[in-house]
Amino acid sequence: MQITVNGKRHDVQATTLSALLDEMGYDATARIATAVDGCFVAASQRPALALHAGAQVEILAPMQGG
Amino acid sequence: MTLFYGTELASRLMLGTAQYPSPEILADAVRRAGAGVVTVSLRREAAGARAGQAFWELIRGLDVPVLPNTAGCHTVREAVTTAQMAREVFGTDWIKLEVIGESDTLQPDMFALVEAARILTEDGFKVFPYMTEDLVGAERLLRAGCEVLMPWGAPIGSGKGLNNLFGLRALRAHFPDVPMVVDAGIGVPSHAAQAMELGYDAVLINTAVAKAGDPAEMARAFAMAVEAGRMAYIADPMEERDMAVPSTPVIGQAVL
Repeated sequence: MQITVNGKRHDVQATTLSALLDEMGYDATARIATAVDGCFVAASQRPALALHAGAQVEILAPMQGG
Repeated sequence: MTLFYGTELASRLMLGTAQYPSPEILADAVRRAGAGVVTVSLRREAAGARAGQAFWELIRGLDVPVLPNTAGCHTVREAVTTAQMAREVFGTDWIKLEVIGESDTLQPDMFALVEAARILTEDGFKVFPYMTEDLVGAERLLRAGCEVLMPWGAPIGSGKGLNNLFGLRALRAHFPDVPMVVDAGIGVPSHAAQAMELGYDAVLINTAVAKAGDPAEMARAFAMAVEAGRMAYIADPMEERDMAVPSTPVIGQAVL
């Protein structure tokens, strides 16, 4: 299914958010936060979060800020 | 003593972490500033990239409380989602809430800010709202549950100092018991000292330190200015006058 991750389109096998992170190669211990379709998805909710075609996924990490 | 949501900070200088020439210089600047808080943010990161993790390790090593921001957000929804993501990543319910309304000045959208502050406060966040020096907006933010206010000095990154002294004085006078931080627009240490002399409880600086020729030295200069300004405020400065008043006594002066 086609989804968008951080603004780029991807064809993925994963059907849940946690499976998507695995498939894309994110380290399980990585300090990241996730949102799907503009809504925050807590780390504990990722295994249960079912992805749909066209989903907009954001994967964010710490960075410098003012 | 000033408490920010019940916490006393080690210093009244809050320091941003962006735009430094290198991570080492950032760390040096934070140490020389003796910063009470460092601000941090969130951005997209690809799988396998380690920049975010490396930055987080650096910040943790500094042992300074972090204040995540919602920089770059233009809507209530963006800001609320970003705040929720930041809370999980940084492990704090403190959030510097930015909702930008105008791209040239990066002026806060006060209407969206109040709405986002209300939602986040109800969700347990401790909101530090980046705001204009608007009295009515301040009142609404306090009613929305904010216990700290962060008026701008001037547009972010402009280095212009305190753009509206009258407005900042009025804001301070209207809400004498609310912890307030001048955030944005400060360019040199004298601007920071001026904010502290007005009775502001802290200042937040980023570009003025990061873009200095020697960021660590400038960080130290800001720390000294913040301390001097705070001492001056407590010492109760003299009133300004329009006319000269001789400081040397005139009684007993010779007629020559």
